[in-house]
Amino acid sequence: MRKKIGQRIGFSFLFLFLLITLLSLGTIIYFIVAKGAGAISWQFLTQSPKDAMTSGGVAPAIIGTFYLILGSIAFSFPLGLACAIYLCEYSPKGYIINIIRISINNLAGVPSVVFGLFGLAVFVKFFGFGVSILSGALTLGIMVLPQIISASQEALLAVPQSYREASFALGATPWKTIKKAVIPPALPGILTGVILSVGRVAGETAPIIFTAATLYKRGYPNSIFEEVMALPYHIYGLMTEGTHPAQQKEIAYGCAFILLVLVLSISFLAIIIRQRQRRKNG
Amino acid sequence: MDNNIRIEVKDVNFYYGKKSALQNVSMDIKKNKITAIIGPSGCGKSTLIRLFNRMNELIPNTKMEGTINLDGENIYSSKIDVVEVRRQIGMVFQKPNPFPKSIFENVAYGLRVNGIKDKKYIREKVEKSLKNAAIWEEVKNRLFDNALGLSGGQQQRLCIARALAVEPEVLLMDEPCSALDPTSTRKIEELVLDLKKKYTIVIVTHNMQQAARIADYTAFFMMGDLIEYDITDKIFTKPSKKVTEDYITGRFG
Ligand SMILES: Nc1ncnc2c1ncn2[C@@H]1O[C@H](COP(=O)(O)OP(=O)(O)O)[C@@H](O)[C@H]1O
Ligand SMILES: [Mg+2]
Repeated sequence: MRKKIGQRIGFSFLFLFLLITLLSLGTIIYFIVAKGAGAISWQFLTQSPKDAMTSGGVAPAIIGTFYLILGSIAFSFPLGLACAIYLCEYSPKGYIINIIRISINNLAGVPSVVFGLFGLAVFVKFFGFGVSILSGALTLGIMVLPQIISASQEALLAVPQSYREASFALGATPWKTIKKAVIPPALPGILTGVILSVGRVAGETAPIIFTAATLYKRGYPNSIFEEVMALPYHIYGLMTEGTHPAQQKEIAYGCAFILLVLVLSISFLAIIIRQRQRRKNG
Repeated sequence: MDNNIRIEVKDVNFYYGKKSALQNVSMDIKKNKITAIIGPSGCGKSTLIRLFNRMNELIPNTKMEGTINLDGENIYSSKIDVVEVRRQIGMVFQKPNPFPKSIFENVAYGLRVNGIKDKKYIREKVEKSLKNAAIWEEVKNRLFDNALGLSGGQQQRLCIARALAVEPEVLLMDEPCSALDPTSTRKIEELVLDLKKKYTIVIVTHNMQQAARIADYTAFFMMGDLIEYDITDKIFTKPSKKVTEDYITGRFG
């Protein structure tokens, strides 16, 4: 009898914590939707800021964030996948590989502002790319690289050994085996990692402060060597600078709303891809 | 060299790390015959046949000693291309392991990875292999459905078709029926008997009746040693060793 009551109290607590979590999540979303959705209009999405950022739209920031996502993923996806393939499929299992694996996992925990400083030193200064889309995309790409490698590794390790054996037994080379028998079933897991990285790239501010972002820029960038506006940095700017805090705040919430919709729809996409593939793999 | 010998095993030892799994095994596998490998679980049956297509080298920390000749040529010689060896020796695994692809793509896989691009040839070869594996009638209207939707017995015959498509000379089967019901098992046994005309077959089996029903030769292993190897009839009626008799009469294992 006592045991049962104990259990019931335990589960009630767990439920309570779940409720608190859901509630705070719901509050955040409600808050941003309530304050931000009103700012959204066609003009907000398609025009440049006007009147010292107190009116007009945020289109350059949306476009800038889009470029940064595209650039960083174009860099980190192939590189991360290649690393994961090497670590899982080719490398001799051993001491050194284990150290590399642990280092990569630890890299995932490095604060993003440190990546920002690294990007400043290496891409902006050393390679001379300046404060630009290129520097920012590379910095963001390096930031999410560990995450992409880990997700890809996990996905590759989850592919049953029997697929590899079947492929080798049919006279496939190691490379063909990886390409045709291992990567296809691992792809949804790999893509999930990539898509979640897209969410991080879209939202991070610190890595682009010194490497890519600018508060205001006339028109759209013409090359990857130009600096850009970006949504998270735009929010930061609107809330910390300028002379019309009230109007700026409204625009900042509008930006936050756009970011939220972007990140949530990306996560949703990840879930759909995974579900579909799971059905396909029986 | 005896023209009727396809695989010649000479003084083979095999180790997983320090642990020995086969000791001093020598045996000849005859062309166009079915050779059964029997013995208690863990005696090295899988290890032996996986040496025939060099699958064991995918496992780290293993060591092989001795020679294995395929048609007189040592497949462990450094001049030999392992990919070529594996193409000549097909393998069917204990648990059916079709790829999560369509039935058609499963059978076409071996052709594609061997560089064959001719669509018509691939189509014909897929059909022929599925017919040879006695599964064509069951799948001909659903070739582009996912292979994982087939029953276990159908999946195993699909795996046989997949192995046959690359035209191997030898077919290795590692307890191909152990995960199957009696009806599927019977179908596969009939199929194996039929395939003997064109292929040399080595089949590992846990089931002694199965060995007695289909094999021409039977090898009995225990703890990594080849105890006795002879014509199947002889092994099952007049074994020359006491342990063999004990095993086939079910006194242990
Ligand atoms: N990958 C492996 N690593 C270490 N030992 C193994 C491995 N595979 C098999 N063995 C060992 O080798 C011996 C023979 O195994 P196996 O050839 O699979 O036997 P069988 O197929 O006759 O049941 C067993 O003792 C088994 O534990
Ligand atoms: Mg076995």
